[in-house]
Amino acid sequence: MTGLAVQNLWLIPALPLVAAAIGALTPRTGRSLAAGAAIAAMGVSFLLSCGALVTALAHPAAHAVSNFAWFDLGASAFRLGWLLDPLTAFMCVMVTFVGTLIFIFSLGYMHEDVNAKQFFCFLSLFASAMLGVVVANSLLLLFVSWELVGLASYLLIGFWFHKPEAAAAAKKAFITTRIGDLGLLLGMLWLYDSTGSLLFFDGGNGVLEANTLGALTAHTALGGFALSTVIGLLIFCGAVGKSGQFPLHVWLPDAMEGPTPVSALIHAATMVAAGVFLIARVYPLMSADQALAHTALHALTVVAFIGAITALMGALIAVAQNDIKRVLAFSTVSQLGYMMLAIGVGSWVAAIFHLLTHAFFKALLFLGAGSVIHAAHHEQDIRSLGGLSKKMKVTFATFAIGMMALAGVPFLFSGFWSKEGILHAAHEWDVSHLPLYAGLAAVVLTAFYMTRLVAETFFGKARSHASDHAHESPATMTLPLVILAICAIALGFLGTPAFPWLQAKLLGEAEVHGHSLLEGAGLMMLSIVLVALGLGAGWALYGRKLRQKSTSPDPLAAAFPGVIAFLAARMKFDELYAATVFKLNSAAATFADVLDRFVWDGVIRFLARLGEFAGIVNREADEDGLNAGFDAGSKSLRGTGNAYSRAQTGDAHGYLRVIAIGFVVLVLVVMMGGGR
Amino acid sequence: MSPLQLCLLFSSALFCIGLIGALARSNTILVLLGIELMLNAANINFIAFWRFSPSPSPATGVLFVIFSIAVAAAEAAVGLALVIAVYRHQKNIRLQEAARLKG
Repeated sequence: MTGLAVQNLWLIPALPLVAAAIGALTPRTGRSLAAGAAIAAMGVSFLLSCGALVTALAHPAAHAVSNFAWFDLGASAFRLGWLLDPLTAFMCVMVTFVGTLIFIFSLGYMHEDVNAKQFFCFLSLFASAMLGVVVANSLLLLFVSWELVGLASYLLIGFWFHKPEAAAAAKKAFITTRIGDLGLLLGMLWLYDSTGSLLFFDGGNGVLEANTLGALTAHTALGGFALSTVIGLLIFCGAVGKSGQFPLHVWLPDAMEGPTPVSALIHAATMVAAGVFLIARVYPLMSADQALAHTALHALTVVAFIGAITALMGALIAVAQNDIKRVLAFSTVSQLGYMMLAIGVGSWVAAIFHLLTHAFFKALLFLGAGSVIHAAHHEQDIRSLGGLSKKMKVTFATFAIGMMALAGVPFLFSGFWSKEGILHAAHEWDVSHLPLYAGLAAVVLTAFYMTRLVAETFFGKARSHASDHAHESPATMTLPLVILAICAIALGFLGTPAFPWLQAKLLGEAEVHGHSLLEGAGLMMLSIVLVALGLGAGWALYGRKLRQKSTSPDPLAAAFPGVIAFLAARMKFDELYAATVFKLNSAAATFADVLDRFVWDGVIRFLARLGEFAGIVNREADEDGLNAGFDAGSKSLRGTGNAYSRAQTGDAHGYLRVIAIGFVVLVLVVMMGGGR
Repeated sequence: MSPLQLCLLFSSALFCIGLIGALARSNTILVLLGIELMLNAANINFIAFWRFSPSPSPATGVLFVIFSIAVAAAEAAVGLALVIAVYRHQKNIRLQEAARLKG
């Protein structure tokens, strides 16, 4: 297989875009054409991504770029470009592979929806935008694709817009991420202002290369921070919004209102991965201030703590959720926190490894949940499910694999290895060990809530009519599950400590330096014990005594009613924002309304009255002055006309008489010599 | 009395007869007849002035009169057509009654 040159990298995002265009232009009846185009485009993009991976792995340390001038600005040109390095290539392969499987799954899941062709159009747009983020070699190009991701997520979350919750969730996702994007935009403008370029790599002049970074750290912006710290944190704002980090995570659970394949795509392959990818991409900029001793704050420290808070908070809230998709949504929040934590403590490679493994097993979990929901006629409450393990064997087996990968069950599952890498990096961080403790606590919680989820959903007896009559989903839905399950196991072995191939390639090292598994074995033992603790606790609470009725009380809620109610209400973040941001916003809106209504409106009204007065004066002058003159003129004309028309009697004899008299008079005048 | 004067006297008499006819009659056809008489009086004047002019060799006067007669014939045709149209409309041809177009 030959590689894909960097000049042709644009084909990878372009193909799904073409598929989206085809989907947009076909009539509603052309759903199989739209779906076929979407899946085919993703499949070909996957093959191209594999080609790109081959090229990238041939020279892992090189950042192959292909820049081109977008438009001229005076003497200089504004340039955009494509970038091909192992990070891009791995991300492309992941997005296209997971995307293809999700598209195939959607064939079955959206089978009964009349708007299915639109759905595939939006899915293609979504995937295309995400691939655009990945291949961009310019922060601007990345930003454009980034916003397209936001648009596509809006369209897809609100796909069932006839449901008010879905429409509200779509708006919430769009507006919340927009707050973060404002930071990203500001950071981008500031970066362009201070460096004159937005290209990542440009033969020594790119913003991620040593020359520029040196200049950026040498400058001091406000408050004694290095310029690179401020810009890095502004860019991080964008990632906080997109990747659902505290405090902008509120949109992510609500995004569950969209169809389940969309949730899978958002949580695994596209939207939330974009934020982590962005920070990994600009890691040189984020870490440029590490060498500075005098700065008050390192950008990465903020990233680490935000990640740690998010990881712990997401895991805590997930414990108390009852909707199968919301549990998974908060687990995504938590896992994204892990990734940010990893970047913050200086190991972006561990973050990307976790991003890749997480993409596979989270897509698996969401598609599994989709399969359950599809079979149980859109029953999503785990208290009303139950007893599905016998009815849906394939879904159960694959879901269990995904659950164990997410929980970090040792050795066999990919999630264990990638999470281990993050904990290891957090352990070696010399600033603080608090993120490590948060991560370890989240390990217990993750194992606990996933055990609860599986026990409630699949074991026991069916607790509702819908789950009693569930049956296995069609092959278009189970086949992606099986493939993802295999990946959820196999992918872990790309990056074990004994053979960290993926990490080495991402860092651009030619050779793979393996460590003994015994190195850091203490931490690994600790995390194994914690996973076992979480699984055991989950089993003790939910597995031993299976739920009998959908209304029976939750054992944990019975023990700690206040805490669980607080967590079930998602730590009251929505209420907090409603009380603060929303109130502030309405106060500002009221003020603007009053200003508008009374001050500006008064001015406008005064001007209008003035105009009205001028009109009245004008009318009076017209009616009394001008019109009277014209009236008199036409009256006299009418009088003259009447006088003349009286002479026309219609009596031909009369006319002849007049002519004869006139003739006689004429003759007399001539005879008298008057004519001379 | 020279022949020219005689001719002019004759034509004047003819003109006056035609004028009186046109003014006094109420039958439209007879009014048209009177107008034709006046026209012929003018034609006789043309011929007379031509015949007794110093150089009557080119037949200009005769030609003029022939044109005039042709035009008068066309005029008579139009006039009679009008009379028939008026007759159809009001069942008689009294000129005094055809006064509907008065202002």
